[in-house]
Amino acid sequence: MRPWPPLARWGAGRYSARMIRVLALILTFQLGGEIASRALALPLPGPVVGLVALVLACLLRPGLAEAIRPTAQGLLAHLSLFFVPAGVGVVAHWDVLQSHGLGLAVALMGSTALAIAAGALAFTAVARLTGTEEPQALKDQGRE
Amino acid sequence: MSDPALIWSYLAQGPLLWLTATLLAYLAGDAVFRAAGRRSIANPVLVAVALLAVLLWLTGTDYATYFGGAQFVHFMLGPATVALALPLYDNLPRIRRAALPMLAGLLAGSSVAVISALAIARAFGIEGGVLASLAPKSTTAPVAIGIAERLGGQPTLTAALVLLTGIFGAIIVTPMLNALKIRDWRARGFAVGVAAHGIGTARAFQVNPTAGAFSGIGMGLNAVLAAIIAPLALRLFAG
Repeated sequence: MRPWPPLARWGAGRYSARMIRVLALILTFQLGGEIASRALALPLPGPVVGLVALVLACLLRPGLAEAIRPTAQGLLAHLSLFFVPAGVGVVAHWDVLQSHGLGLAVALMGSTALAIAAGALAFTAVARLTGTEEPQALKDQGRE
Repeated sequence: MSDPALIWSYLAQGPLLWLTATLLAYLAGDAVFRAAGRRSIANPVLVAVALLAVLLWLTGTDYATYFGGAQFVHFMLGPATVALALPLYDNLPRIRRAALPMLAGLLAGSSVAVISALAIARAFGIEGGVLASLAPKSTTAPVAIGIAERLGGQPTLTAALVLLTGIFGAIIVTPMLNALKIRDWRARGFAVGVAAHGIGTARAFQVNPTAGAFSGIGMGLNAVLAAIIAPLALRLFAG
């Protein structure tokens, strides 16, 4: 099967419009996801639907993954930045949080710690049972 | 020369000042994070938010004015979520192999997050709309707000609880899983994605690319499961 030329060459431009084309592509997937999420009343938000669609598109056209790689990696390297404006909103709503005080704080911290522990322990236990452990995916590998 | 107060009142109302301030605060947070040896307690989001909160308080700026500038950064959450497709695509064979461990981690993490949060809050006498706002707090913000609205919660309270859960999860995940001697990067990333959504995923990417990829999947899968678990658990505790 011959790759569809415009899509296969999407990120291979010789000039600086490449990043803009990749951003336009990512936004198009987000837009499509948003439309699908609303039109079909899906439980997932638009960007997550766009994510799934982009994975499928990369499976159909492996060249696409290489085309978006630099831009996608750039976005993900500073994922934390994008949470800052919403984080400042927490401070803006501090009075709401304070009025419920201690109970909310304990519930939030306790349940988050328990959930991380439960998720990680269940994952490793089933990985051991089903023999799907990955020696190369271990932390501090080779340090012992 | 123009009056500085006039320049200030012009800048304080436009998006330029608060967009610049957001980027500078993040760079400062990132510098602190690096100076602290990339330790999770120096979370760059936490540092940047603290700096901006002090700045808004000192200048008497309200959140709506601040968000007028910061919304351009906030908007990038959507494209960044779509960009998670790349690590997902890169790791597809490993993800397929880890389907059963992931299913176990998802069911355990997602249900413990909702049920233990509601149980603890109930023990402190919290009920009604606040309980409904708390139920989806481990889920990524847009989904959590949707769930809370359907359950009769307060969307702004949910948004704040989601953010705090993410920051807290990102801070405790490394020391806690070290103490539990969990060395599998897939399990470490997946668990923090399920329990602490995108902020946990951002932390996972800072530590290890495998952890980041699995964290992104954990976040996505939890968004689906929490929409089912949260109403059921709430009925259990509100009744």
